[in-house]
Amino acid sequence: MNLRRIGISLIAPGIGLIVSLAATAVILTVIGASVSTVFASMWNYGTSPRAMSLMLNLATIYFLSALAVSIGFKMNLFNIGVNGQYVLGALAGAVVASNLTLPKTASVTVTIIVAMFVGAVWAGISAWLKVARGVSEVISTIMLNFIAIGIISYIIVRTSIGTETSLNIRGTKPIPETGMLRGSAFIDSGTPIYGFFFISIIIGVGYWFLLNRTRFGFDLRATGKSATAARTSGVQSNRMIYVTMLLSGAVAGLVGLPYLLGDTGSYTLQFPTDWGFIGIAIALLGRNNPLGIALGAILWAFLDISSGQLVLEGVPREISTIMQGLIVIVVVISYEVVRRYQVKSEQTNVAKALAKQEASV
Amino acid sequence: MSQSSLAVELNGIWKRFPGVIANSDINLKVASGTVHAIVGENGAGKSTLMKILYGMQKADEGTISINGTDLVFNSPSDAIDAGIGMVHQHFMLADNFTVLENIVLGSEPKNGMRLDFTKARKQISDIAAENGLAIDPDILVSELGVGDRQRIEILKVLYRGAKILILDEPTAVLVPHEVDELFNTLRDLKKEGLTVIFISHKLDEVLSIADEITVIRQGTTVGSVNPHTQTVSARDLAEMMVGNELPTPEAVGDTIQDEVVLKVENLSVFAKGGKAIVDDISFQIRAGEIVGIAGVEGNGQAEILDALMGIESATGRVQFKDEDITNKSTRHRRELGIGFIPEDRHRQALMLDAPLWENRMLGHQTRTPNANGIWLTPRSAKADTKRIVAEYDVRTPSIDVLASALSGGNQQKLIVGREMSGEPKLLIAAHPTRGVDVGAQAAIWDHIRNARQAGLAVLLVSADLDELIGLSDNIKVLLRGKFVADADPATVTPQELGTAMTGAGEAA
Repeated sequence: MNLRRIGISLIAPGIGLIVSLAATAVILTVIGASVSTVFASMWNYGTSPRAMSLMLNLATIYFLSALAVSIGFKMNLFNIGVNGQYVLGALAGAVVASNLTLPKTASVTVTIIVAMFVGAVWAGISAWLKVARGVSEVISTIMLNFIAIGIISYIIVRTSIGTETSLNIRGTKPIPETGMLRGSAFIDSGTPIYGFFFISIIIGVGYWFLLNRTRFGFDLRATGKSATAARTSGVQSNRMIYVTMLLSGAVAGLVGLPYLLGDTGSYTLQFPTDWGFIGIAIALLGRNNPLGIALGAILWAFLDISSGQLVLEGVPREISTIMQGLIVIVVVISYEVVRRYQVKSEQTNVAKALAKQEASV
Repeated sequence: MSQSSLAVELNGIWKRFPGVIANSDINLKVASGTVHAIVGENGAGKSTLMKILYGMQKADEGTISINGTDLVFNSPSDAIDAGIGMVHQHFMLADNFTVLENIVLGSEPKNGMRLDFTKARKQISDIAAENGLAIDPDILVSELGVGDRQRIEILKVLYRGAKILILDEPTAVLVPHEVDELFNTLRDLKKEGLTVIFISHKLDEVLSIADEITVIRQGTTVGSVNPHTQTVSARDLAEMMVGNELPTPEAVGDTIQDEVVLKVENLSVFAKGGKAIVDDISFQIRAGEIVGIAGVEGNGQAEILDALMGIESATGRVQFKDEDITNKSTRHRRELGIGFIPEDRHRQALMLDAPLWENRMLGHQTRTPNANGIWLTPRSAKADTKRIVAEYDVRTPSIDVLASALSGGNQQKLIVGREMSGEPKLLIAAHPTRGVDVGAQAAIWDHIRNARQAGLAVLLVSADLDELIGLSDNIKVLLRGKFVADADPATVTPQELGTAMTGAGEAA
């Protein structure tokens, strides 16, 4: 029965992939490109060692972002503010790390703690607004995204925290090499894999444990499955909103660090600010399950990385964005269809099994 | 009845749900141009029957004939086309729309692409004038009270051309003078030749408005009376509703101990508008004692239970053993050893899309066998779920199936088993055997009796009067949030209790 359940849970993403590939093929044909050449070229490039390294690095970032989102999703709390939480976390991390003269482990640990703390505080504002004032977290988190980005621009452009970096962009003072976590090129490609790749695996495992093996996780999932039943069971919903939002924000605070500590070493005005939204899409794809999220993150990163090939084939690279969008829509729809089918089929199975029992008595 | 044609005729209607028979062999004849009441206890099958008549559910067997023509309803729109309109108990109105907008919503009068409000306004004021339903069409629904909202609901179905109106418990939400207004409206509708099917369990009201009353008991029609030609009292109807079966006999051993487990003083629960739903009630339960609350559903039972569990905010004082728990959290109360079987199991007692063993943990997620400190212990939780499945005869192929896959009765058995686990000191139970088949019902009763022997205190709410009388040591009758009478289960009959519940016997 469990094998069957796993099989069923793979149907939805499978359908999503097939349908979006088919739809992409149609689009490619319409714009007059050769479907097989384009797909082959994307695949060939995407499986090259260098692309694989880039892909895993990007997937690390997406994975953390999606985890942050899915903690909230598990109890029907929509943290759309991962963007704001991680840019502030990354900025705070960059500022602190650039002023630390500690051994590597200590320096990185402090940076992580600072980033998580800032992310949590920023998310905590939305939690407070929801509990105390009844403001929907969807609205408040999205507004706080804009405020966060505004604050960051101000700090970097107007205060002494921002300086001219080497590339003629304003940003924070560079982090000394002892504060960086560059990782190593364990795939033979010359491009190192972020040290955060491993940290994110640990966080993923921790997330699974928290959700499935702790009382807190049970309360969280119960609230998501039925808020009224959870309340009757003794879950205090306001407390849950605070804790969950703070946790989500803390994980969100990490999202910028792989890139900051593994690559740029400075928070500049060019630091990407939309990984939070990608996290939402991947959380949906992965169905809030850490393994599913990991696969979703890798798929998303693959499409991002290999989209560079599309240009070489004379095809607009937006095709890969269309594919990503299609995958999400189709997967979300097929999840729901599969879920309904599953509930129905389980009901009939139970009825059948009971009828058999009764007949044999 | 022979003087007029039949507006509605139902023959041999059967409806089965997994594990439950909601309707069995229902036969109903409604003469056109009359107000026809359908009465029965909660769970007797009234709602299911009306859903069938309104096309929301399909009968397994039987025929529906409207104005002499046999019809099959696949959806409410088929029923609407046949001239049937339904006024739901819970209003379905958009607060931020005007009366006019609400009425036309879903069947907007169009003039090309435009909405033709002028035409709609005229039509509505005509209908309103004909039926004495005066109302300003341009006022926002959010500004209106309950009585007006109900009038809008009636206008809504009339606007859609309904000739047969189903009103589901229309008086449940009204205050007395609004009830009078509603009845005047119904009389006007009757004069216009419309047919009204009126569902209720308030017997005195039914007697004052209905031309014909059909009684449903345990899913089947047990008889019809005509209050114009026959002399019927509310008491007679109550008797028909609850039947004449005597409560299951049992050896009433006196197990009541001295220790007071639950002491409730001046408990009140207020609705949003400030109306008291539970009105200053006090009682206590001793160890080994079962106190039953008899009452028609919606008189404050659910609120009392929720207040005792700390889910609903209330005034007054609640004491558990020596501890004042008035301001304690639900979790704290549960950890003290209070088990809770809520009225609405789907909303409050189950996670439908979680496996049975996870449902076993719900409400007990801080205690053994489900948790050890902050860690869950799924292995022992699963083992204990298997125990419950065996002891309470939960019919399921495995403890890994989702709760939604079980029939209602089996879900209930799981809930009862769960709440009886961990040696509770107090059990707060609403309808513990609702939807459960007869054999399992007796088993649940035995479990409760055995626990009582060991000193369990029980607060029991039940619509099953036999159950209430058979189990309780003391019965209190609840009407409009107040205890209006005490009954001794050793001497009271279900009929007497039924009468007291509906307020019909208040004078007696």
